[in-house]
Amino acid sequence: MTTQTKRPDGRKPDELRKIIAKVGVIPNADGSALFAFGKTLAIAAVYGPRQLHPQHMQNPSAGILRCNYDLLSFSVAERKKPGPNRRSSEISKAIQWALEPALYLDSFPNQVVDVQVYILQADAGTRTAAINASSMALAHAGIPMKDLVCSLAVGKIDKTIIADLTKEEEDFKEGEGATDFAMAKLANHNQFTLMQMDGKISPAQVKEALELTEGLTKEIFEAQKKALKDLIEEQGDEK
Amino acid sequence: MSTMEISNLTKEKLKKMFLDGKRFDSRDLLEFRNIKVTYDVSNKAEGSARVKLGKTEVIAGVKMQVGEPYPDSLDKGNLMVSGDLLPLASPRFESGPPGFEAIELPRLIDRAIRAAELIDLKKLVIKEGEKVWTVIIDLYPINDDGNLIDAASIAALAALRKSFLPELDKDGRIDYDKKMTKKLPLEEDTLPLSLSFFKLGDSLILDPTREEEEACDTRITFGISEWKGQHMLNSCQKKGESPLTKEDIGKVMDIIPEKFDELSKKLKNYI
Repeated sequence: MTTQTKRPDGRKPDELRKIIAKVGVIPNADGSALFAFGKTLAIAAVYGPRQLHPQHMQNPSAGILRCNYDLLSFSVAERKKPGPNRRSSEISKAIQWALEPALYLDSFPNQVVDVQVYILQADAGTRTAAINASSMALAHAGIPMKDLVCSLAVGKIDKTIIADLTKEEEDFKEGEGATDFAMAKLANHNQFTLMQMDGKISPAQVKEALELTEGLTKEIFEAQKKALKDLIEEQGDEK
Repeated sequence: MSTMEISNLTKEKLKKMFLDGKRFDSRDLLEFRNIKVTYDVSNKAEGSARVKLGKTEVIAGVKMQVGEPYPDSLDKGNLMVSGDLLPLASPRFESGPPGFEAIELPRLIDRAIRAAELIDLKKLVIKEGEKVWTVIIDLYPINDDGNLIDAASIAALAALRKSFLPELDKDGRIDYDKKMTKKLPLEEDTLPLSLSFFKLGDSLILDPTREEEEACDTRITFGISEWKGQHMLNSCQKKGESPLTKEDIGKVMDIIPEKFDELSKKLKNYI
């Protein structure tokens, strides 16, 4: 066993931060959701399926998914200049790849589903919170899906594998430093749809990290499912 | 060559061949094409290299600039990796604002080099908190025949290994006429490389040609280095909408150490 590095917020290595999951937060959208890992807060809106313009992008055999992720300017310590940059373009694409395997795109040929997801407050794990929010928003919008997508960052501080790193943990410098491995998995399939990492981690530890992800995605799935069910009950009460 | 989309027929053929462990060019599924590294692409660069991986060719150039440190790293120089997919290199590439591939390539190389701590950025401070060196690596594919990322990672590494620090004049500006004698401070023992695994059907391959790459469903790229005698993964990015299973990733983890050693051994002749 490796010696365990104590976590600044006292969590166990495999413990997630407090999850908040809600759907129906943006009335204008066809589907919307909010997802938080501790202080990291993402909101997502889904518009569509709707007509795709420009027309030359239309695909007669399947619909397309378009994702746009960004940080709001005041969501980080140093103000982020509004508008897309290289980081947000890359993450937007990675989010699209993470979500696509869950969707039955061929059920809306020629059309587009737009996912708009923004970070209100960032404390590491923004892309994973964004994926969880987007996945719920897609389900809320009634887009045909085979599963929900659950995402979290697992990683390492020095030699200890931990789940759901905070910014403070991401900035850990001693020993082997910090490794952040963002993953997404279809909740009920053996399908990993996002893998992005930087840091220092051995091949054997990657296998360990996958096991940990598998276990924790269940927790995220339950939170997502509960939020979607709660909404249906609420709507039932109103009627 | 003008249309690059591959036919379903070719894709099906490749899928079948991969299952038998065969490729059009008779390589093994995990075998790299011939690698050739040459230097001094431009004498105006502080370091440069050209890498040929089969017919794929990428050049990398390093330029040094004097700049300000980032507020969160006042005691370190800066690293920037950029580049462009020039229409010169392939009928697939078009002029205009960078597409996704052109954004992703330098970012992947940046992460692999940065996380492996190849460049000793602390030694690039000119005046702490005020003036530091910025290392800028520019990557340009000259001919795209697949696996650009792995080729670019070798080119970047080779160029850095041959890079020098320019001399400053008395006003602190770079004096391009003075001969450069100080080498760029690098961690000599580490050789960060990128390995991209491609999946078609149930087969995993390395170093695809453009045609093979077009046929594949998914790519997963790892930045790998040796750190205190141990194989360390420094970066990872999965591309594409097809998922990978836990077993796929497990298999890749088992292949990585051996392939990394094989590739570094080959490169030691050059770098």
